[in-house]
Amino acid sequence: MWLKNIAFIVLATVVLASLANWLLSPPKVEAVDDPVIVVADDFQAAKLAVDAQFQEVWQARELQPAPQADDLTIARRISLGLTGSIPSLEEIRLIENRPDEDRLAWWVNHLLEDRRYGDYMAERLSRAYVGTENGPFLIFRKRRFVTWLSDQLMENRPYNELTQDLIADSGLWTDHPAVNFITATVDQDGTKEPDVAMLAGRVTRAFLATRIDCVQCHDDNLGGDLKQSDFHELASFFREAQNSFVGIMDKKGKPYDYQYLHAEEETTVPAQAPFNQHLIPESGGTLRNRLASWVTHPENKPFSRAIVNRVWAVMTGRPLVEPVDDIPLKGSFEKGNFPAGLDPLVDDFIAHNFDLKRLIRLIAATEAFGRDSRADHEITAQHEQAWAAFPVTRLRPEQVIGSVNQASSLSTLNADSHVLTKLITYGETNDFLQRYGDAGEDEFSMDGGTIPQRLLMMNGNLVTERTKNNFVRNAATRISQLSPNDETAVETAFLCVLTRRPNPVELEHFTDKLENEEIPSNRSQDFEDIYWALMNCTEFAWNH
Amino acid sequence: MTRFQHLLGPEGCGTSSHFSRRTLLQAGAGLAWLTPLSQVLAATSQEKSSKGRPKSVIVLWMQGGPSQLETWDPHPGKMIGGDTKAIDTSLKGLKIADTMPLTAEIMHEMALLRCVTSKEGDHERATYNMQTGYRPDPTLIHPSIGAILCHELSAKGVEIPRHVSIFPSEFSARGGFLGNKYDAFKMYDPTGPLPDLPKRVPEDRFDARLGDLDILEASFARGRRLDLEKKKTLHRETVDRATTMMTSDQIDAFNIDGVPQEVKQQFGDTPFGRGCLCATQLIETGVRCVQVTLNGWDTHANNHEFQSAKAGNLDAALSATIKYLKERDRLDDTIVLCGGEFGRTPKINPAAGRDHWPHGFSVALAGGGIRKGVVLGETDPEGQKITAETKNAVRVEDIHATIHDALGINIDKDFQTPIGRPMAICQGTAIPELVADA
Repeated sequence: MWLKNIAFIVLATVVLASLANWLLSPPKVEAVDDPVIVVADDFQAAKLAVDAQFQEVWQARELQPAPQADDLTIARRISLGLTGSIPSLEEIRLIENRPDEDRLAWWVNHLLEDRRYGDYMAERLSRAYVGTENGPFLIFRKRRFVTWLSDQLMENRPYNELTQDLIADSGLWTDHPAVNFITATVDQDGTKEPDVAMLAGRVTRAFLATRIDCVQCHDDNLGGDLKQSDFHELASFFREAQNSFVGIMDKKGKPYDYQYLHAEEETTVPAQAPFNQHLIPESGGTLRNRLASWVTHPENKPFSRAIVNRVWAVMTGRPLVEPVDDIPLKGSFEKGNFPAGLDPLVDDFIAHNFDLKRLIRLIAATEAFGRDSRADHEITAQHEQAWAAFPVTRLRPEQVIGSVNQASSLSTLNADSHVLTKLITYGETNDFLQRYGDAGEDEFSMDGGTIPQRLLMMNGNLVTERTKNNFVRNAATRISQLSPNDETAVETAFLCVLTRRPNPVELEHFTDKLENEEIPSNRSQDFEDIYWALMNCTEFAWNH
Repeated sequence: MTRFQHLLGPEGCGTSSHFSRRTLLQAGAGLAWLTPLSQVLAATSQEKSSKGRPKSVIVLWMQGGPSQLETWDPHPGKMIGGDTKAIDTSLKGLKIADTMPLTAEIMHEMALLRCVTSKEGDHERATYNMQTGYRPDPTLIHPSIGAILCHELSAKGVEIPRHVSIFPSEFSARGGFLGNKYDAFKMYDPTGPLPDLPKRVPEDRFDARLGDLDILEASFARGRRLDLEKKKTLHRETVDRATTMMTSDQIDAFNIDGVPQEVKQQFGDTPFGRGCLCATQLIETGVRCVQVTLNGWDTHANNHEFQSAKAGNLDAALSATIKYLKERDRLDDTIVLCGGEFGRTPKINPAAGRDHWPHGFSVALAGGGIRKGVVLGETDPEGQKITAETKNAVRVEDIHATIHDALGINIDKDFQTPIGRPMAICQGTAIPELVADA
């Protein structure tokens, strides 16, 4: 009998040790199927051109840049920017198993082939394209639109072609999801037709990063030379778009009449672009086709500037030019005096056929993206302003919940996750977003957090559920039960939540906590508390 | 003193003084059903004249677009009137819909605008317009009344959010360009404790967690911008404010469990009625603006039936709110605003419903220095549109100007938006007929 008991104990020990080894030790690197990193000869040249501009600014302003951040910090930025959540422990192990020299480039490529990239980037871009409102009933299919956009991003469809579809596609909102860009503006209570003024505003902001909608009601009275007619002439490109039983189509010859401020009566407004008029095709296609050609023309640089500025903002939390949709056409910019980095990125983007994935790789490779947000010397607002230090930026609500969910799982939550996990996560996400507060279209607001947000994180259901004693679901419990010793356990918790290892002070504090007998607690409770603190600190809620 | 209390600045409320007031109060009698803090404040308010007290606003928000014809502006016997009857009110010569008999008894305390007009017929846009006084502008988000009030008035002694939304709709009141910290604090039926306020773990364990947090915050601050917390993240300050709120007696004002059933009954004891009762408690505790939403007014079908049901809810809650505030000597420093994003069409559609109508609808006001017993404007019995040029027509921005003026806010002042654009607090002008000393 005692032999059987010994055999059982040995077997159980082996099983538990194997389980612990499987959960906490580095998983095997399975990167063989990942795409080979193809770096064109001119990639490095483009990177150096961007870096040179930043260095010039740092020198001119006498700013000592922060040192290069460590790989895991940069990997966290990349992950937050491309998938909306922090890397999993599983992914951290994969990253650390890569050779130093290609570790981050591999990580970017790895994520660009992950469906989470398409879904997250589509969600972020769609805010600029169709807003965050529910939109007209039935004829606006937000989910369909975002899924289509995600497909385009995964295929890496050239951005000019994608934009042409958004502006000029025809058909039903289900079969031709791009037309939801148009149907999102249909005035269901009034004309039942697309709103040309709203479309003009969206086109200029989303695709040209200019706020020409400021002159919708009157001429520019803040010193600019834009006229009210500039806005309505652009809007007139959409005058033929109409909503019908076959979806969005164009009715040739349909006029756009508008009564300008101080005018006695309405006038018929011709279609005209507010700048770079020579780039409009003389003929061919519908008015919307001609507008799309003008917007996306390689020489119409505001188009490429707009998306470069927006992608930079999605990846870092702050655009190169603020606000993200307002890059002035005049003033110092007129002379080509753009902020550091913008022009070389734009030139490379145009030269490589509006390749979004290349743009993302290039941004991630720049020195500015890789600067630390701290240094041994004093970091000031000027450092952040000039990207001499990585700016600390608030995570969006989706990033916060994505990170809470990911931190509570040792393996990666992605398209391969169990359907039940995805369903639960989906329901919790919506509830959390509603409570945490969606920032709407004001994507890159620099506001601090709010009291309800803090209460939700400190006492809300999500953090409680994701940290409480639950061996099947929660990383905190697994770490508490399976780690070989306190140091490894604390280190694993830090990696899961903050994507870094604890510093000596933190390690001592938390290992002491585990040994402290003054407050009666069990080990899983201790890790629930450690996870709570890690998820409630500034470092977790902000990109850095 | 709580952690990070030093970051709160001189306007933070020390708990020690708070407790001493509480102790004093417990000697008080006659207000036994009120929460302890409300008792103190109520007792204090009884001693003081209402002059000099900071003013507050209660917004009773009728989400969906209430029908003026089934509430404040009936036209019985006319084509547009439908099945609604009119009844006399305490204000001589004024009749309102028979759906609101309790409110009819206190109309002498109110001012009624029957000719409000706007250019927004979409729920979201019109809600924005009514809540901010501005039409939606893609270049920025304007702050709501509550946000402006909190921005302009002192926070002294208040440990809970001063801008609260009860049953918030999807278009909740925002701080806009003034900042998220002026967003309304959202809550729901004020029965039971507020969600997320109770600690999930015992006190000593929670304190230990906060201790852990201190270690992490110190690590994060090291080597980073010295002004990162103060100028940007406000994270620790917000944690501190949240923990202050969690431990404050003032959170009693968020729930009405201790209120006698007969008092609840006066408010209707519906979710909306309980929200209004809670709003009065919050105002007495120092909250500057409470919005209570009654949803369900979007009656494109069966208008009379649904509007009557909603008006019944509103009737009890509104009349009780005004009576309560008056009894507590709070009506003079509390504006009660009742309205929705637009009215409903005079024409009844084939589904017996009424559609959206921003061309002549009603808004009711009371208290806070607004002249009472005033009825401004009238709608056409045949249902013609009211425009801004119509005699006695009231623009949305003028309602905002009137409220801000009554609250003592300088409406000529400009805010600076984050990009340095000057932006007037409101675009309108105060309605002379409503200014009490006009």
